[in-house]
Amino acid sequence: MKVAYWPGCVSRGFTPELHGSMAQVAPLLDIELVELDRACCSGAGVIAEHNQELADTLNARTFALAQQEIANGATMMMNICSTCQGAQSECQERLDANTPYRDHVNETLSAEGLRYDKGIVNKHFLWLLVEEIGLDVVKSKVKRPLTNLRVGPFYGCYIVRPTDRLGIDDAHPRDTYLQLLIEALGGEVVDYAGQYKCCGFPIITMNKQNSLRQAGRHLGDAMDAEADTLVTPCPLCHLNLDLQQPLAAGVVGRPLNMPVLHLPQLLGLALGLSPKQLGMNKHVVRPSSVIDWSTSVVAAATV
Amino acid sequence: MPEYTLRIRRYSPESGEAAHWQDYDVELDGHRSVLDGILQARDRQDGSIGIRCSCRAAICGSCGVRINGKPNLACHTHLDKAHQTAVDGVITVEPMGNMPVLKDLIVDMDAVHWKKIQRVTPWLLPEGEAPEREYIVPPESMIDVTQTMACIQCGACVSDCLSMEVDPLFIGPAALAKAYRFVGDPRDGQHAERLRNLAEDEHGIYDCTHCFNCIEACPKGVAPMSQIMRLRRIAGADHGIDDRNNGHRHEMAFVNNIERNGLLHEADLLPDSYGGKFHPRAMPELLSSLPVILKAVARGKVTPAGALLHKHKASKEVKRIFRDVHDREERYELNLYVVGEEEDE
Repeated sequence: MKVAYWPGCVSRGFTPELHGSMAQVAPLLDIELVELDRACCSGAGVIAEHNQELADTLNARTFALAQQEIANGATMMMNICSTCQGAQSECQERLDANTPYRDHVNETLSAEGLRYDKGIVNKHFLWLLVEEIGLDVVKSKVKRPLTNLRVGPFYGCYIVRPTDRLGIDDAHPRDTYLQLLIEALGGEVVDYAGQYKCCGFPIITMNKQNSLRQAGRHLGDAMDAEADTLVTPCPLCHLNLDLQQPLAAGVVGRPLNMPVLHLPQLLGLALGLSPKQLGMNKHVVRPSSVIDWSTSVVAAATV
Repeated sequence: MPEYTLRIRRYSPESGEAAHWQDYDVELDGHRSVLDGILQARDRQDGSIGIRCSCRAAICGSCGVRINGKPNLACHTHLDKAHQTAVDGVITVEPMGNMPVLKDLIVDMDAVHWKKIQRVTPWLLPEGEAPEREYIVPPESMIDVTQTMACIQCGACVSDCLSMEVDPLFIGPAALAKAYRFVGDPRDGQHAERLRNLAEDEHGIYDCTHCFNCIEACPKGVAPMSQIMRLRRIAGADHGIDDRNNGHRHEMAFVNNIERNGLLHEADLLPDSYGGKFHPRAMPELLSSLPVILKAVARGKVTPAGALLHKHKASKEVKRIFRDVHDREERYELNLYVVGEEEDE
């Protein structure tokens, strides 16, 4: 399937391994990524905090660009950043709910010859995996089941709250998809306290202590639950959980050593890609447990 | 009559026993509330169950509890709905979080919630002489604060506030929503003072992490987090409050970063959030971040070229939108709580 792909900023900036691993994984699942390279930052909630209309207009522009691709055969728009997903869903909720407002925003876009028509389908890669590709198909493509790998889901905030805005209901239990995916890949799901909590990233420049106390607490909880690794659909969570992990350890006063994988990295591993191909060497906390696991699996297979 | 099992968290400080779960089977129609279930268990099985309640109609805000792990009013949750989300069919009921438990399902609202409400000076501070009769304002000028006025002080948002979980001093969602009640009120004469006070407090408006838990928790649609974002917007943009927490500077650094680059350039964001690379405040912060940055560079996570050179393909168009919207005389804020959603045609 072809999708209008919005990678976001951080996946091409401070977590290049996310964009890279997505590019590796997509062809294995027959996904063609048409990158929205003229779209701009979703605002991550900060632009909406500054000026709601500005955030709505910038994201309406992204939707309009995606709709051009959809007219050219793409099935829908796809994200790999939870924060983009949440910020864009918020803007879409306002744009779709009120015609005069949408007309007003489209007026601003018209200078560029763009127009957003209500009702774009914009899904995070995680949702697309479960709802469009199907976990049965994903499972059938698994080359190396994640047997005995204990994986803790870390959803963060933007992809699970508010539930009504994000379309989470009985028919779409999107707040369980990480667990379902880990199981489909043959891994073991680790239940721990922090999986739906905030990583603390949004206040890292305002209140570093409180920010890192959140990250550190969740990482510690995952260690206590004996997870081998966490997996997250959000690159901003990854920044606080991985990049800042050494500082977070200082703040919570306990040694931390918890690898954090991006969603396409975990998937890629099960689909047979190597940790290096998936950019795991770029993490601050080396995913040694994951690399050791994959080495032992490969070694066992070649004997 | 259907039967439901309620698993209630019991705790009595005088007993010396640790908190524990106790199961009660109740017989009630599915459309009756979890509160009705708790009251039946208390009437028929165990008179010692502690629960605070009064109106039973989602008005008084007394019966806030966690049902299946999520905060809500016990009187506002149907048994059949609760049963659907219950693991193994057992409905768990426990006291709200972030507040000390007095007994069973009763938490100490005085120690936390009401103290925080007092913190924001929750009464009108008008300027000048009092009018002979009432203060008269045009009705439309009050529409904006109706959302925060819908608050019934149940504490559900306080229960699950993730900033408060790591920082008990955080003023928190309910009290900050209350603060907006007065900052958005045209009769109040202390908007600037209120905002400065809340922006400069390190446990104030810039201590909220955007986690949406309060929006999800609120049974009345108050969306406390949205009110906090409005406080920030008005503090920074309308009153020019340049707080010591770097809150407004961070917001502007982010916005300017996107206007300039189209995509976020993280390498500039950090120093700009502290007032620019050469700002005295930036130096210690940047030095403390240095080990992290060096490690990221060493791992090839951050390459100088990647950090500095990802050029945007449509920067002119993005800049024009920033200019157009910033040039408006007034900010255009659509509040769906106020205008509602359109019917589908």
